Amino acid sequence: MSTPADPQPALMLADQLPALLVVVPMLGAMVASLLRNGALGYLVSLIVSWVSPVIALAMLWQVEASGPISYAMGGWAPPLGIEYRVDEANAFLLVLISIMAALCITFAPRSIASEIPAQSRGWYYAMFLMCLCGLQGMAITGDAFNIFVFMEISSLAMYALIAMGTDRRALVAAYQYLVIGTIGATFYVLGAGLLFTITGTLNLVDMADRLQPLLGTRAALAGLAFISVGIGLKLALFPLHLWLPNAYAFAPSVATAFLASTATKVAVYILVRFVYSVYGVEVAEAHEIDTAIVLLLAVLAMVAPSIVAIFQANVKRMLAYSSVAQIGYIILGVFLLNEAGLTGGLSHLFNHAIIKGCLFLAVGCIVFSTGITKIDQMAGLGHTMPLTMGAFVLAGLGLIGVPGTAGFVSKWYLIQGATEAGLWWLVAAIVFASVLAVFYVGRVVEVAWFREPSPEAAAPRPVPVEMLAVTWILAALCIYFGFETDISAGVPAEAARILIGGGADG
Amino acid sequence: MDLLESYPLLQTIAERYNTWAVILLMVSGLYIVVAKSNMIKTLIGMALFQTSVYLLYLSPGKIIGATPPITDTAFAVYSNPLPHVLILTAIVVGVATLAMGLALIVRINEAYGSIEEDEVVDLVDRQDKAEE
Repeated sequence: MSTPADPQPALMLADQLPALLVVVPMLGAMVASLLRNGALGYLVSLIVSWVSPVIALAMLWQVEASGPISYAMGGWAPPLGIEYRVDEANAFLLVLISIMAALCITFAPRSIASEIPAQSRGWYYAMFLMCLCGLQGMAITGDAFNIFVFMEISSLAMYALIAMGTDRRALVAAYQYLVIGTIGATFYVLGAGLLFTITGTLNLVDMADRLQPLLGTRAALAGLAFISVGIGLKLALFPLHLWLPNAYAFAPSVATAFLASTATKVAVYILVRFVYSVYGVEVAEAHEIDTAIVLLLAVLAMVAPSIVAIFQANVKRMLAYSSVAQIGYIILGVFLLNEAGLTGGLSHLFNHAIIKGCLFLAVGCIVFSTGITKIDQMAGLGHTMPLTMGAFVLAGLGLIGVPGTAGFVSKWYLIQGATEAGLWWLVAAIVFASVLAVFYVGRVVEVAWFREPSPEAAAPRPVPVEMLAVTWILAALCIYFGFETDISAGVPAEAARILIGGGADG
Repeated sequence: MDLLESYPLLQTIAERYNTWAVILLMVSGLYIVVAKSNMIKTLIGMALFQTSVYLLYLSPGKIIGATPPITDTAFAVYSNPLPHVLILTAIVVGVATLAMGLALIVRINEAYGSIEEDEVVDLVDRQDKAEE
């Protein structure tokens, strides 16, 4: 995998990158939970979360240079052993997850100190790293059962993160997410079990090969149905999204930003993996009615939660409903079943992670400085906190999809995909849903800039420099990826080409 | 046995009794999750639902007349050990989820004074309304 010219130790380390990406956060989580100290936990997670993007970028570079990486976990050769498999699609996702984690952790310390009692802070960082470990594990593994294990690792950590929110409603949100999330994961493992029973393998590449002659069987289709519904619960596809708004609204600010920008995205990736790599795009093409139903749900997801978002009083819940709507765009792109559509879906996955991360972190700044969570109280914030609200507006423009922002690029591909598929009504739906985003983003802008400052907003605490810096890095990226599309659309286009063309083999 | 042979449908059902056990456990588990307001009962339903999937994995691994997979010249047919290993992992995951759920219920009981989901959700809604 590495060039032979590398010196021996470096070559060995480079070969172990896929395992390190999972092992490093896991060890970090253990160390953080043993230390039981907020400051030390923060230090550990800062180091771990900045090591992860380095590993992920090194792997992306390796994949670009010499094709997919296959790593035999514990030295057991696939398909019998667990294989970690990195290609364009998940290398890209791993870079996204690890960078978002690094930025969120950099942002975290003072926001966490203001929201979580001292004795729980060490646990918070431990859970954050465990969640990172689970998400990266889900993205990197090439084994159907291993996906389930990592899904549960990340989910359990997420339930704990959400339950640490200051409001007592966070507990109920975490409990409801736990019940729904477990049902989703169990549906997934049921589907994987059916596939295992008929193919006798859990390795995704091997499974894709052995499934080819069995695609027409009822067990294979039932497996796909169970997996789709299970993952649909995890990624909050409308109408399976009911756990999401409260979970995002009451979790600690940093946790919300991290979960909103990564957790649902990884679930989307798993769905893409199964639909395109394991079953192959022909299966989805052959079942036109089922694909049409998913497209319809995606359109409903784009429109209905956007309308609900307009009427929310809590700014975090408004953004959470907007997240459900954006998942609609991504699923729409994935199930257009053409290259432009899938490129748009994957590109929106990336862009939305940055945009929503920026918006939730900006809200985190506002909560830190003023304690405000309601939109009405935000009156005049544009004048008293111009930098934070400036970042909020830039990311908000990206959410709407204004030309020159990241959101525009991915929506452009989605529209192209819908046109290629000959579905003009979808183009209209995409534009209509974007107009709805104007209303809910515009409402905040109107309140923040064109009203007299409310008593809460009149004298905010100054925002710490690292919080502002991270928020602005993301806001700048929203604009940067509006012009420079090599990473945000180039890599997804390549990934889409591989996924549609060659199955899991790439 | 005569009865089974004269009714092929009955025979199919009887031959796949393991699947029927899975289905029965699964739907009862899901029903409990949906129908019960008591959070502990909901978690019991959830655990039942998970258990049904363990059986779904385990039963095809058992081959009638086969021995445990310890190689010996006297035996030729072995059971598949992989499902057992997988489900061992799944059981651990299930226990962790259950523990997490129970811990949350303890905290909810402390914060709301109730473990009935209907009552707790009412309180949540009231708090939502009060904020608007």
